[in-house]
Formats: sequence, C-alpha cells, structure tokens
Amino acid sequence: MSPQDLPADLGAARPWRPGKIFRWLALTLMPVLAALFGGGVILWAVGVDPLNYYGTVAGRGLLSPSGVQQTLTRMAPLLFLAAGLIVAFRAGLWNLGVDGQFLLGAVAAAASAPALAAILPSGAAILVAFSLAALVGAAWAMLPALLKAYGGVNEIVSTLMMTFLGVSLANLVVKLGLRDPETTVPQTRTLPVEDRLPRLFETTVSSGLLLGLFTIILVHLAMTRTAFGLRLRVMGVNPRAAIHAGLDLPWLTICAFALSAGLAGAAGAIEVLGIQGNVRADWNPAYGLLVVPTVLLARLNGFAAVGFVLLLSVLSIGGESAARRTGVPSAFTFVLVALVLVVLACSEYLDRRARNTPEGAA
Amino acid sequence: MRMAAPMPREPVIALVNVTKRFPGVVALDGVGLELRPGEVHVLLGENGAGKSTLVGILSGRHRPDGGAVVIDGAARRLDPPRAALSSGIGTVFQHALLAPTLTVEENLLLDTPWWQRPKRAELRGQAHRLASELDVLVPLDARVSKLSPAERQQAEILRALLRDSRVLLLDEATSMLAPAGVDRLGALMGRLAERGVGIVLVTHKLREALAFGDRISVLRRGRKVGEIPPERLKGTAEDAPAAEIVAMMFGSAPPNLARQGSRAEALAARGRPVLKVSGLSLPPDRAAPGLSTIDLDVGAGEIVGIAGIEGQGQREFAELLSGQRRDGSGSIRLDGREIAGLTLAERRALGLRHLSDDRLGEGIAANLSVAHNLFLKRIGQRPFWRLGWERRRAIGKNAVALARAYDIRATSVDAPAGNLSGGNVQKILLARELDEGARLAICSKPTHGLDLATAAATRARIRGLAQRGAGVLLISSDLDELIDLASRIVVLRGGAVAGVVAGGSSAREKVGRLMAGAAA
Amino acid sequence: MTPLMSTAFIGALLFGAVTAAVPLLLAGLGEQMSEKSGVLNIGLEGMMIAGSFAGFATALASGSFWLGFGAGAAAGMAAALIVALLCVRLGLDQVVVGVGLTLGCQGLTALLHHVHFARTYPRLPAASVTSVPFLADLPVLGPALFRHHALVYLAFALVAVMAFVYRRLTLGLHLKAAGDRPDALEAAGIDVIRTRTAAVLATGAMAGLGGAYLAQVGAAVFVPFVTNGAGFLAIVLAMLARGRPLWVLLGALLFGLCLALATALQVAGVDVPTDAVQAIPYLAVMTVLVMFGRRSRLPAALGAPYSRDGG
Repeated sequence: MSPQDLPADLGAARPWRPGKIFRWLALTLMPVLAALFGGGVILWAVGVDPLNYYGTVAGRGLLSPSGVQQTLTRMAPLLFLAAGLIVAFRAGLWNLGVDGQFLLGAVAAAASAPALAAILPSGAAILVAFSLAALVGAAWAMLPALLKAYGGVNEIVSTLMMTFLGVSLANLVVKLGLRDPETTVPQTRTLPVEDRLPRLFETTVSSGLLLGLFTIILVHLAMTRTAFGLRLRVMGVNPRAAIHAGLDLPWLTICAFALSAGLAGAAGAIEVLGIQGNVRADWNPAYGLLVVPTVLLARLNGFAAVGFVLLLSVLSIGGESAARRTGVPSAFTFVLVALVLVVLACSEYLDRRARNTPEGAA
Repeated sequence: MRMAAPMPREPVIALVNVTKRFPGVVALDGVGLELRPGEVHVLLGENGAGKSTLVGILSGRHRPDGGAVVIDGAARRLDPPRAALSSGIGTVFQHALLAPTLTVEENLLLDTPWWQRPKRAELRGQAHRLASELDVLVPLDARVSKLSPAERQQAEILRALLRDSRVLLLDEATSMLAPAGVDRLGALMGRLAERGVGIVLVTHKLREALAFGDRISVLRRGRKVGEIPPERLKGTAEDAPAAEIVAMMFGSAPPNLARQGSRAEALAARGRPVLKVSGLSLPPDRAAPGLSTIDLDVGAGEIVGIAGIEGQGQREFAELLSGQRRDGSGSIRLDGREIAGLTLAERRALGLRHLSDDRLGEGIAANLSVAHNLFLKRIGQRPFWRLGWERRRAIGKNAVALARAYDIRATSVDAPAGNLSGGNVQKILLARELDEGARLAICSKPTHGLDLATAAATRARIRGLAQRGAGVLLISSDLDELIDLASRIVVLRGGAVAGVVAGGSSAREKVGRLMAGAAA
Repeated sequence: MTPLMSTAFIGALLFGAVTAAVPLLLAGLGEQMSEKSGVLNIGLEGMMIAGSFAGFATALASGSFWLGFGAGAAAGMAAALIVALLCVRLGLDQVVVGVGLTLGCQGLTALLHHVHFARTYPRLPAASVTSVPFLADLPVLGPALFRHHALVYLAFALVAVMAFVYRRLTLGLHLKAAGDRPDALEAAGIDVIRTRTAAVLATGAMAGLGGAYLAQVGAAVFVPFVTNGAGFLAIVLAMLARGRPLWVLLGALLFGLCLALATALQVAGVDVPTDAVQAIPYLAVMTVLVMFGRRSRLPAALGAPYSRDGG
C-alpha cells in the first residue's frame, strides 16, 4: 500500500548491463507504446482517425516551433509537481492533494506578486512571491500531515478532501478578496510581463523550466544522497524498521508533507509568475492526478521523471491543440495516462513473476 | 470418527514422491509419507528442513510441483484449502489462523454457505458434546483477539473435529504452549488417536517426538531421510532411536555436542552491573499484559536470560529498554547513568543495542541496500555522512569490511537486503547491533528460525560479546538456548517476574514450572 | 418569516438533499462492502462516472429509466472488473490501479460524450415519481421525502439489506474475515479471492447505479466529470462509517443536505457564494477526521493483496 512497493531504485543500481538496460526499456517504453496503441484503438472505435490525432498531437506538441516552446514552458510547473510527489512517495505518503496545494500556491503568488512588484525590484518580488506560494502550499498540507503523524488518519482521504477545499477556497479568494476591479471577468490583478519570470533567450519558453529542472535534480539528490532522504526512504519502505531504528516518524511525516506540498505550491507560483500572470476564477488545470502516474512511471527517479514530464507535456499541449482541430476532448489525455498506468502495473507484475525471487524469500 | 477405531492400519492419505520448488530453492524433494488412522505420526526436522512446506501441501495452501497425493486409493488434489478440508484433513496452524475480530463461534461457522444464516445453535450442541468428550475447552463467545495462544489452538482443534476430520495436522503445536499445556495436548492426541483419527505432529523437538509419536519421519533439507515405525519406536530402549534420529536430523555430526565450555564461562563471576533496571512498569492494554515493576540487573560479561511463553511482556520489555517505546515508568541505568529519559539514538550512542526477533518486519528495510541496512541506526552520523551528505566511499568500504567480518553472503553490499536469505539477514543485524561500542545487547529470540550453522554462529557472537565485557539480555522461549547461554534466567509471566533461576542444566525443570504458571 | 424559513424553501432543500444523497449512499454502501473485504476502491469515482454515462445514454436511447439504471450498474461492474482482475487476482497496487481507473473512466466518458452528445446536449425528461401512500400527503415532508423515483426507496431499503447481510448472513462473516485475516478465511475453506472479487463487483454495480441516478435523475444530463468527486466523498463516508450501513445513510444525508443547500440558497435568492457552500461537505469530512479520525478503524488487511501460494 505504499508507493515504494514499486521497485523504486530499479535501474539506479550500477553497473549497467545489457540485460538490465533491456529490462528497463521494456518496463518503461513498453507501457507507453502499449498505451498509445490502446488509445489509438479507442479513437478508431469512436470514429476518429488515430494517426491523424497522434500526428496533430506530435506536430503541435513537439514538432512546431511554437508548440515545442509551449511544451517546454508547460514542463516547468509539472517538474515542480513531480519533485513534490517524489518526496512524498519516497516517504511512503500518498499526497494526492497536490491540486489544491498548487492552486493555493498560485493564488498566493498572484495575489502578492503585483503588490510586491510595486515596492521591490522585480527579481526580489518574484522570489518573495515564490516563497510565499511554497509556504501556503505547505501550510495547506499541515492538517493531513498532523492527522497522519499523530492520529494515523489515512492521508489519501484527507489530502483528497483538502484538495476539494483548496479549490473552493482559491475560487472564493479570487472572486471575493482579490478580484481585479478593472476587469469584468473575476480574476486577480495581472502581473505585468516585465515583472514575470524572464523568458529564455529569444523564445517564449519561461525560465521556470530551468528552475524546475534544477529543483527536480536537487530533490533527486536529496532523496538519494543525503541522510534526510535516506530517513524518508526508510520510513517509506518499512515504517516499522524506521521506528526500530529510532527515527522520529511524526516529524519525518510532517517534513515530507511540508516539502512535498511546498513544491506543489511553488509549481503554482511558477505557472502564475512565468505563464499566466494572474489567476482566473474557476481555473484549475488539475495537473495532479496526471503527474502521479508520471512519477510512478519514472520509478521515483528524478532524472527519469524529466523525460516522462516532457512526454506528458507533449501529450497535454498537443492534446489541447488537437482538441481544437480534431474535436477530441483534451480529457482524452487522461485515457492515455490511465492506460500507461495500468500497463505499467501489469508489466511490473509480469517482471516480478519472471525474475527468480532469490532463495530464502520463499 | 464416531466408530470405535477398528485400526485397519491402511493409510488414509499417502504422499508419493512429492516435490515442491520455490524460486531458487527446492523445499521438498521427492518426499513420500503415509498417514494411518489411529496413529500419531511425527514429522521431525530442523528449521528449514521442509516441514512447513509439507504442512502447506497437506493443508492445501501449496500445490506440489511433482508427485501425487493419494487418498483412499485415488490421486487427489488438496489445494485450495477447501479441498484439503473436504478430504478430511484438519489443520492446526502454528500461528492460529482465526480471524481476530470474530468470535470463536463465528470463526467455526465460516464454512457455512454464504447465503445461509450461521447455524449457531447446532454448532453449540456439537461443540459442547465434543468439549465434554474430549476435554477441549474453548470459550465460544469470546473474540479471538482476546484468547491466549493455547485457547486459540484449542479452537482450531475444535474446528478440525467439528468437520469430522480423519487426519489432524498439528504444526509446531507446542511452541506457544507452557509445559503443562504440552502435556494436555499430548493426552488429547492420545484420545483422538484412540477414536481412529490420524494425527500428524510437526515439530523440531526430539523430546516431544519421542514422547508423543507412534511413528517418526525425519526430514532434512527437503528430503525424507528416515522413518521409524511403531515397532522399533516402542520396542527398544529409549536411547537407541534417539541417537539414530539425531544422526538422521543432522547428518553425521550433531551440532549440540559443540557446546562444552560455554556454560563455565557464562557462570563466571559477575562484573559490576552494566544494566540496572528498577521498577520498570507499563500499563496493560488490549494486546499485552503490560509490565509490573520489573527489577533486574545485568553484570559486565554476563548473559541473563529472559524466559517465558509468548506474549508475557517480553517484547514490551525489550522495546522499553531500547527506547523504541517510551511510555513506561521506572529507572533504567546503563553503566550507572540514568537513560530512561533518553531517545533510542542517544541510548544507542551509549552502547545499548537491540537485536530484534522480527528481522524482516522491523529489522531491515528490505528494499534498501545491504550497506544502508548495516548503518540504518547511524544515519547522518560521521564518518558515513558529513553535513547530511552521504559519503558513499566510507559507507561502501565499511560495509564490505563488516560483511566480511560477519560472513554476510550477498552478491554486493549494494544489493537490496531483501534479496538475502534469512540467515544472512540475521548476520546483517548481528553486524549492526553487536559491532564495536556495544555495552549491553538485548537479543530477542536470536536463533529462532535460523539454519543450524547460522544459529551456532549467532550464539558464538553473543558469547563473544559477553566475553568482551558487555552485558547480554537474552530473550527467548527456547529453554535449550537459555540453558546453553545464560548464567541466570529470569522468568516473565503476565508482565511480571515470576522467578529467577540460576543457569545450568538443573534450571530446565524450574524454569519450565515457572513458565507454566501462566497456563492456568 | 424570512424566505429561509419558508416551507417552500425547506421542502426544496430536503428534496434536494435526498436526491443528492442517493448516489453517495449507493456508492458508499458499495465501498463499505469492498473495504470490509479488504479492498480499498480508490477507483470508485471512475466506476460512478462510467455508470453515469452508461445510464444516461441508455435511458436516452431506450426511453426507460430502469434500463438506464441497469446499464449504469453493468458499466460500474465492468469498471470494477478491472480492479477485481488487477488488484484482487494479480495483487497490483490498489491506489495505482484506482487512480488509473478514475482517470481512464473520466477521459473515456468525456470522449464518448463528445462523440455522441457534444453538439446536441440532450436532456432527459423529469423522472417519474412514485408517491408513498399517505406519507406523501404530509405537509412539507411529504413532497420532500416521499415523492421520489422508486430507486430512492430501493436505495434506502438497501441499507437494511446490507445490515442484514453483515449481521445475520455468513457472507457478513466471510467479508469481515477477508478484510481482517484473509488466510484465516482461506484456512476455513473459503476462497478469499472469490469473496473479494464478489465484493468488488458488487461495489462496482452499486457505484454505477449511484452514478446513473446522479446523471439520469439528479442532473438529467451528462456532462464530463459530472460526478465531481462524489466517489471520493463516498470513500470517506465508508471509512468513517466503520462498517455500519446506517452510518453511511446518515453521512450521505448530511452531505446531501450540504450539496442541496447551495442550490436551495440560490433558488431562495440568498447571495452566498456557491464555492463556499460547495465546500461544506468537505469541510464536514475534515472536521469529522480531526475529531474522530483517530478512532476510524479500518480492516487490518485493507489494501494488502492476498495470494495463496505466497509461502
């Protein structure tokens, strides 16, 4: 029942051998290909030409200059979310409430950044708004964290509930508290483009991408190379061993939740400070449930997650374009991700069965 | 079952050339076995000899990979468990397989078809008749979680009898019982055999095999290495089959002879106390009896045994001492320093070590590497971590050295610890707990479930630790082990000290009697 | 008398509460059965939305609400079959499969909606109402509680049926043992896999039925994501009800009341932001978790896969 039951360090152990690479490829690419194929069959069954759909997705998400820039920009918040989920899942905690944390972080950034930009230099304003968003995200996870740490309350349920509450709260705040009086649509004041995160070179790609890459790699190293990361992993793989080793489980639970939700809040800030510039009422991109499978597919490895986040970005940007062109709703991306998840779970099952469990385990 | 046993002596069930493989091991290799009505057939073997696999096959939990099960002259399948039950095999498992949240009665009624209402009245009638005929005592209304291990076992026996089982399979049935309970069970087996029930008693204890068995089959490394029929068992003097069986069980050299000298050292004069426990208490809860004002001291170089049947507060005692739980009251002094207020990590830094009996459950984190498991209780400490960052070279080098010193056999120290065999897992724990700096080691059931070689090595490590001047608290329910190692044996019963017995072979009877008090 | 205290308002509120409670009740009762047997159905939301679409589409095509309910239950069961195969038989992670199922069903129903209904947005006619004799004529309460579609009464009756099953039938013992100590059930000769499979399929049928009611009667229309988290609410209901069907009913009514309040307040012309009112059920859940979460006892083997030859 913990995300760590998946072989998290698969492929991470050295040395690399051809068999190992093959197995890694089989366990990673096969689910993706099988899901694309299955999705194609579904499209074909409802009368949509799958080749045309996938062609549009790839063309708009990856092959056109504007599409690839959008895709890279979309990666920024997704990378932060993936980093946050990696922390939680490594610690064996199902933080399924990242959407609420993300949205509140976004609102916090959207609310503070324009005001801060008026009094601070642009860089400092962004930094403060960013930190504020992370704090708000973390704060939103404290109730589930405390309930889990001291009451043993299942975090799946509490984080999901907090997500619904968070979405409502974000809408309320936008509609009632922070509404920009100068527009008719309920939305927060828009951050001027010059005060946003700078774009990379001559493109439209937000520099949030670099922050995201930096963050997820930092998180990966923290999880795999530091004492703190090891403590979280021990708790994740065997909480009883963690107790036996004298680790402070409640404290680690709170830390993991704070970090995970803080990163989700930061993802919201990146989306606002780098892309949107404001938060509209009833805006909820609901990235969370899509990033969960991505992270699992990457087996909680930060480097692998970068690749899968790229794939998810292509699918979602391309899917949004294809929705406009072919009419297939963008929610079809959900079907693809779901197929990936199920095929992944099945292939790991087959892999476990195929491998000889070593002696003594029987 | 109701008929007076005619003793046809034709086998009810026969295993022919049965083989069972698990990934990487052959658990059973061409075993043949015949179960006759009215006979107590003992399956004797060391841990890992294949006994539990055989029980698994007879109870329908495992399906054999080769060979046949012959019942009434025809080959039959025993899996799933339902098939074994309908073939007339009732099993009493080592750890009772009863749903803890249901009452005994509800557990016994589980085999009613699901759409029917449980026939409570009918069950009660049958149960009372059986109970009075056979002296099986079970509180039918009690929730299973409230029962003692002995009561649970009686409930399982009752379940088997209610189904008119022709064969009753008892898996390590005595391990959870006090000596008096063992005698009662023996008498019950006798009465059942008289009624024509075939009984299979699975055990690793030679004494019980000789006391209760009409026929003894010996298993070793998945093979049946010998069978002693009733005529030879009863006909000769008691020592003759015993020696023969020991030879069968262990091959040519029985390991028990390698014990000499140990006790003399263990009995050596006690040094100044390393550990002084006074008034240690813990309120009882639903699952455990708690602890009532325990006083105890362990001298330098001394091995003190803590005896008792399962669940008398041993686990709580160990966890309170190690700091794994800190909800007790009382004083714990290590080398004269009060440590009751310290955390587990602080106590460990002072030299307090805890070798857990739940090796896979809490001892290791199976998904992590051998190296990480070796330093699991030193996370963040120098020289393995600096400023919170892992120093892979230091960890790797020291892990390899420890693996060598403790003979841990793994493909690499980077391999997941869960890939190792039970014996090697125990060596990881020994290396982690007993290596440098240990002042007092709490060893919980240190050889339980280990193969002979690892068990012997483990005892040698514990002895070696005491010789280096550390104190050892040896918590065990295995009398042989306690008598072999400990210079004093403290018997726990219901969370209190029932008595203290000086070590040595004469202690066996006294300790047994003290343990038994709890079975009343 | 303020508009809030008018009988019309209270009547509408209670009527809406019952309508909103029925899907939660059905799905919650189903989830309770799964949880009892040791399977945590995170995919409940997916089963519900599958039932919503199938029920709506069938009712629209056939003109029969009952055929729609049947199709909804069947679709929920089909979705549950995936959980039964992957989690119960193969022992795959229940959370992973559950998240996958929810995503997949949401996406698939959105796609099908697009293909079939996106241009026309068809609506179903109002559901036929079965009035309970005598009681339906009570003032205020009569129209609010006793003039509903017949399925509503069946859903309430199901509470009693489930209570009977759990307390009187051997099936109740089987489910409880499967959730607490599966190997004990196996040792008693009962197939754990089969017991859990049956529980999961029944859950799917109930959740699908709940979803179908939600789309056919509650909304009278299918839109993507129409269940809007009701499945997750039902999971929480089942967890907090600790195995007692009556508590699921009470919880469902309470949440139904909160959901109905939003609509009723708008109808009454009271200016309360819908976001705040919509948050009330979740707020209620968190309050309950804070107050009683420590005591919510779940089956010991919940979420743990069972395999017989595991050694």
